[in-house]
Amino acid sequence: MKPIIRVENLGKQYQMGGLLASHGSFRELVGAALIEPFKRLRRGSRPPNEMLWALKDINFDVRPGETLGLIGHNGAGKSTLLKILSRVTEPTTGGFELYGRVGSLLEVGTGFHPDLTGRENVFLNGAILGIKRIELERRFDEIVAFSEIEKFIDTPVKYYSSGMYLRLAFAVAVHLDTEILIMDEVLAVGDVGFQQKCIEKMDEIRQQGRTILFVSHAMSAVTRLCERVIRLERGRIVQDGSAQKVVNDYLGASWNATAEREWTDLSEAPGDEVVRLRRVRVRDEGGQTTAAIDVRLYVGIDVEYEVLEPGHVLAPGIDLLNEEGVHLFSAYDAGEEWRRRPRPVGCYTSTMWIPGNCLAEGNFVAHAAVASHVLETVMHAYARNAVGFQASESREGGDSARGDRTGTISGIIRPWLNWTTQFYADKEASQPVPEEVAIT
Amino acid sequence: MKLIVSESEEATEPISTAEVARPVKAVPQRRPPFSALPDTPLVKVEASQKTRLPLDLRGLWAYRELLYFLTWRDIKVRYKQTLIGATWAILQPLFTMLVFTIFFGILIGVPSDGVPYPLFAYAGLLPWTFFANAVTNSSNSLIVNSNLISKVYFPRIMIPAAAVAAGLMDLVIASVILIGLAFYYRVTLTWGILLLPFFVLLTTLLALGLGICVSALNVKYRDVRHALPFILQSWMFMTPIIYPASVVPAQFQWALALNPMTGIVEGFRAALYGGSLNPTAIAISVALTFLLLVGSAYVFKRIERVVVDFI
Repeated sequence: MKPIIRVENLGKQYQMGGLLASHGSFRELVGAALIEPFKRLRRGSRPPNEMLWALKDINFDVRPGETLGLIGHNGAGKSTLLKILSRVTEPTTGGFELYGRVGSLLEVGTGFHPDLTGRENVFLNGAILGIKRIELERRFDEIVAFSEIEKFIDTPVKYYSSGMYLRLAFAVAVHLDTEILIMDEVLAVGDVGFQQKCIEKMDEIRQQGRTILFVSHAMSAVTRLCERVIRLERGRIVQDGSAQKVVNDYLGASWNATAEREWTDLSEAPGDEVVRLRRVRVRDEGGQTTAAIDVRLYVGIDVEYEVLEPGHVLAPGIDLLNEEGVHLFSAYDAGEEWRRRPRPVGCYTSTMWIPGNCLAEGNFVAHAAVASHVLETVMHAYARNAVGFQASESREGGDSARGDRTGTISGIIRPWLNWTTQFYADKEASQPVPEEVAIT
Repeated sequence: MKLIVSESEEATEPISTAEVARPVKAVPQRRPPFSALPDTPLVKVEASQKTRLPLDLRGLWAYRELLYFLTWRDIKVRYKQTLIGATWAILQPLFTMLVFTIFFGILIGVPSDGVPYPLFAYAGLLPWTFFANAVTNSSNSLIVNSNLISKVYFPRIMIPAAAVAAGLMDLVIASVILIGLAFYYRVTLTWGILLLPFFVLLTTLLALGLGICVSALNVKYRDVRHALPFILQSWMFMTPIIYPASVVPAQFQWALALNPMTGIVEGFRAALYGGSLNPTAIAISVALTFLLLVGSAYVFKRIERVVVDFI
């Protein structure tokens, strides 16, 4: 299909230390103009030093109706790219073509004036974003309803709470009716309820078949909204592919808790004279070490340990905590095989499997331990924050516990549980049906 | 190394989530966004692109509503949280006129071409105050609105243009005093009054030409902010506002006429209370205004492309 956005060899160069930092005033400019030719003679035609390519060799196409996410660390060039595409600034090299009207939203509340009322700001903001006045008048009630600030619409916005302000600003912005929508981090506003509303609205925009370019650090929002993600690092595209894949690789690279920890020197490994840890790692079903998992799939945590003294009944265990430090569970191997059986000297690898559709999205940290639980619990080996991983969720498929829901779902775990439903067509006969309802 | 795996077979091969029965989600039906994409891009940006025309007039026309809203905002906000509001638009030229009348009209006895000095001074101050304020406001406009410029695309020229247009409102308000003075001194209006809109337009265009140029330069060289007040003040004394053009010796009349504001101020007075128009001075004003507009448009275009990188 023909692309709606075509970007070719795009590059943007900045001079370090601010542009024209060297000639900030007329006097210096005049001075520089006099001296410059001689300087040139001396050093040849070397370009001025300290140039930085904020973007370099950027090439990509976007198909109509595609939702493209841009991710990368701070300073990777995401915002510069959006600024160029929304024509706020110009590229140094290359160019791009847009086959549709663009609405860009690099910041909510752009051009809001504190002294003007909400109503006045809606019209001003709309005009700045390129919405026709007639269009705004037609949709004014809709905008106000979405922002939920009907009562304060004729109050100057400087008296608004920051939440009210942002709600109004976002409300105007999402009513942009352009074929292409460029958005930068706009979801980081408002309370959870409003954020969810925003994501739902964006999902609606997406389903209308409009093209969205979306920059966010909220990976859960990126994977939920985008089908394709481009990852930028230091001004270059390093990965371009399906949202789940790119986000997982990115998180794996940036979530600084390691997916694998190994102690090569046994004497320094956590443990005592009975048992010592050798390695802890997070793995997927295929046995690959990974720091980024899909919440729908099984994730395994391997604990490798060496028993040094025979005759002890030992059980490996894992404590799992989420990124807020909430202790989700303590699990240890209570299986029959080694439950009351003293372990011979040797190496062991025990894997704890967390089933798919059990965890919520987010970051997790695991403490690993080997203990004996006979009579009293004796902790023989313990590695705090041994490994960490990130669980994310794709918006594709709807085969997770999320189902068809978009937006934020609260709760520290998100298990896919079985539900049973009994149906009574006749209210009078609402006797519980005794027979088992088939559980699917 | 001998590894003893402690799990049973079953556990190492987790049950695939696919075995869990689940509702089949209908693939959301996407409506085609538009029947077909245009053959030529709506927007095409090339790094080396050289625009021949400094102004994309069609693009400006598309954003005319923005000019209206920005002007309206500037007017609306200007006298917010002041006690006397728009009265300031009257007080500024009024008090200047009173000071000039006392010192130049009464104490020094500067001639005023036979017109009562207050009327004479006010008729000169009215276009001048508008002009000077418009240039000052637009010179700062790009910097004041930097948050807007760095976040959303629109023709940047709208910003200094709106600052000039907003000054027109002050001009209209301040004209009330002029009408009062005209009645007080029993000025007989002539058909010449119909020329007044022309001179207002000419002043606006001149202020616009200077304003867009200065606003662009101010972004790059903040020296403008320091130089402008003093330049405008000197300029005022070089314009026949407190004195009539007739007091300038004949051999320097040409120098006076090279000032585009001379034709405007003199024309303003002629239109208001009669008197001969100076066609040469007016022609020079028109020509200089036009040249300034075109030149400024080029300067602005050059700086507009990189303005975001400076503020």
